[in-house]
Amino acid sequence: MDAVEILFTASLWAAAIRIASPLIFATLGELICERAGVLNLGIEGIMTVGAFSGWLTVYMGGSLWLGILAAAVAGSAFGLLHALLVVPLGLSQHVTGIGITLLASSLSYYVYRLVFPEVTSPPKIEPFQPWNVPVLSDIPVIGEALFRQTPLTYLAFAAVLLVSWFLYRTPMGLAVRTVGENPSAVEAQGIDVTWVRIAAVMAGSALMGIGGSFLTLSAFNSFFFDMVNGRGWICIALVVFGSWRPGKALLGALLFGLFDAYQLRLQQLAGGYVPYQVFLMLPFVLSIIALIVMSRRAAYPRALMVPYRKGER
Amino acid sequence: MSRENAGEAEIVLRLAGITKRFGPLVANDNVSLTLRRGEIVGLLGENGAGKTTLMNILFGHYVADEGSIEVDGTPLPAGSPGAALAAGIGMVHQHFTLADNLTVLDNIILGTEPLLRLSSRRNAAKARVRELAEAFGLAVDPDATVSALSVGERQRVEILKALYREARVLILDEPTAVLTPQESTSLFETLKKFADRGLSIIFISHKLGEVLAACHRVAVLRGGKLVAERPVAGATRADLAELMVGRTIAPPKAEPQPAGPAILELSGIAARRGAQKLESLSLALHGGEVLGIAGVSGNGQSLLADLISGLVTPATGTMTLKGKVLASPSPRQMVAQGVARIPEDRHAEGLVGDMSVSENVVSEAYLTPAFSHHGFIDWKKAREFALKIIKDYDVKCPGPEARVRLLSGGNMQKLILGRVMANDPVIVLANQPTRGLDVGAVTYVHEQLLAARKRGAAVLLISEDLDELLSLSDKVAVIYRGQLSPVIRRADVTIADLGLRMAGQGFEHGGESHAA
Repeated sequence: MDAVEILFTASLWAAAIRIASPLIFATLGELICERAGVLNLGIEGIMTVGAFSGWLTVYMGGSLWLGILAAAVAGSAFGLLHALLVVPLGLSQHVTGIGITLLASSLSYYVYRLVFPEVTSPPKIEPFQPWNVPVLSDIPVIGEALFRQTPLTYLAFAAVLLVSWFLYRTPMGLAVRTVGENPSAVEAQGIDVTWVRIAAVMAGSALMGIGGSFLTLSAFNSFFFDMVNGRGWICIALVVFGSWRPGKALLGALLFGLFDAYQLRLQQLAGGYVPYQVFLMLPFVLSIIALIVMSRRAAYPRALMVPYRKGER
Repeated sequence: MSRENAGEAEIVLRLAGITKRFGPLVANDNVSLTLRRGEIVGLLGENGAGKTTLMNILFGHYVADEGSIEVDGTPLPAGSPGAALAAGIGMVHQHFTLADNLTVLDNIILGTEPLLRLSSRRNAAKARVRELAEAFGLAVDPDATVSALSVGERQRVEILKALYREARVLILDEPTAVLTPQESTSLFETLKKFADRGLSIIFISHKLGEVLAACHRVAVLRGGKLVAERPVAGATRADLAELMVGRTIAPPKAEPQPAGPAILELSGIAARRGAQKLESLSLALHGGEVLGIAGVSGNGQSLLADLISGLVTPATGTMTLKGKVLASPSPRQMVAQGVARIPEDRHAEGLVGDMSVSENVVSEAYLTPAFSHHGFIDWKKAREFALKIIKDYDVKCPGPEARVRLLSGGNMQKLILGRVMANDPVIVLANQPTRGLDVGAVTYVHEQLLAARKRGAAVLLISEDLDELLSLSDKVAVIYRGQLSPVIRRADVTIADLGLRMAGQGFEHGGESHAA
């Protein structure tokens, strides 16, 4: 099998979608935050918290879906902390976000160690199993790639539609979009800027938490250190890549998933001749190139990272 | 409802004893004002007189320290724009509160539906916006993105926002500051139409002529206090100006004086930046003389100003300063050569809002020996310089450490004047120096320009205000699509002739206006 043939295998595409799933959730989450004018660099830590709390809930006997709920709640709790610091208090969004990431990741590892002081191999849970969509999963290649995924992946795609609907079809979505463009327009129409932003950051962080929980509840079956491994930072870039639009962000996540799945296979193909780190690097390099191309036309939400203080000129 | 019987209509809005303090500053001092149905009240006052503060209290952006507001006899809860909107108060802010990347319809329906509704009723809303636009002659496409609209259209959107919410009291804060004269006239007609249909309007302005033309009654604020309230009928510009400023204002007069030698000569200049261009432009600036450049905005004025301040390098042609040809001058060189730059947009190009007064006054000269030694800025001297400007130019600000953002437009302009006039410049480059300033500040700027002329500086005055140009200039030229008309002596200029030239007559590819 050569490098080109790999592109036509169903397993490559299935893997691409699997890899993209957590990114889709978290990118949508970051997108909602940024649309409301708040950069949430807590994403990496919030994903870790989601991964851990979701996994712990299931390990303690909760159902998988309860685990997802726990991940969402834990995510939005850290989102609330971030929002309280940067929205009413107007602190630096960069510094606060990195602080949240450090706090949330460290706290997850700390609690993990408290609960499992002496483990040699990570404890395991029974994760989500692939659910074959009747009829559709029998289509050659496409069926295997798209319709033999776990329920969480289907949920990720549904989330894209839901977030699009929310942002572009509901009054609240309009308020979120406007608050990220010109908060005084929201204020002048009698809506409280602070509450809209806090709510948006909490909702976005809940999605990030779910994105993290995909790793422990669907992709793997245990929680281990550094498992988010920079996925949060990728999502920050994907939001820019997607020009703050859910559909384009989905495309970006899939593209990254494809690069990543492809490099894994190339590693095996070229094993020994080229250091494997070169392949590990590939998706990031390609993402940066794609980002440079796309972000030349990117229209940032005007009020992104600008704190709003009522009545200030 | 007509002007005559507006006096007996019911009172819709009552402000009673409003006082608002910002630290030591009393922005509103026991202000009371009533508004009747179908009435247009002009709220007149200089910048910083407290007009905007008063309206921001009414609209709930600020909470008053004392006083109360009643709408139709019901007290209005303080500090809630939502409550003000619900009570039927609509506000068109001076700086539009529109989201540029969203559509007109999005901007209008924002906040008019319950936030948790699952789907916006956009089609019904669109029909209603169209209906309102039709009924009041406020033509605008609901599906257009705001960033694609002209300033006049954006203002219509702001007004539609209020009408969509069935506002009965409409507050317009300096609505004409951004409009062309034609747009202003059409706005006044719209306002009259609103009043006839029973809407009550508060029209905030510092332009006397507009208040006299558009309003039934006028209330004058000065230093936070309501100093006069009277019907417009019978009031004159002079009365109102005196009430507003608190003293009589004599327009400065240019004493005749002989022109000095040519200080700066441009010959055969061509330059281009974006859509703006200059073509085979030649002019000479003489010491002790004001050369006025007239023209509709966007015909190359700002490019000409940037050329002389060294921000733009000409493609062809030569610039000669005091007999020496300038190769490719940098802004710093031009400042060092004695060019005093009064930029068109003082917020964007004149001052840095988030920096202090001291930092701003040395921003053109911090590398000169006067303010730096061995690469370190001498902040003590900068502070002294700032204090001197504050004192000499009567800049109202808390001190040299104050952030410039908090100063009023007039005080910002005084700061810029102080900064550039301190070096006794040989060329004063004044681009729209009085735009957006109130009567007192305008007079002050004019005096300073004439003082520079008297000292023998060459003044280049670029202005869209013909009254200003004709009262200050010794010679006038018209700029049209990057070409300059022959320079005419002030005595030989007629306004009609100037108007025709501004519309392109007598130019190479002239004939029609190139209005932006």
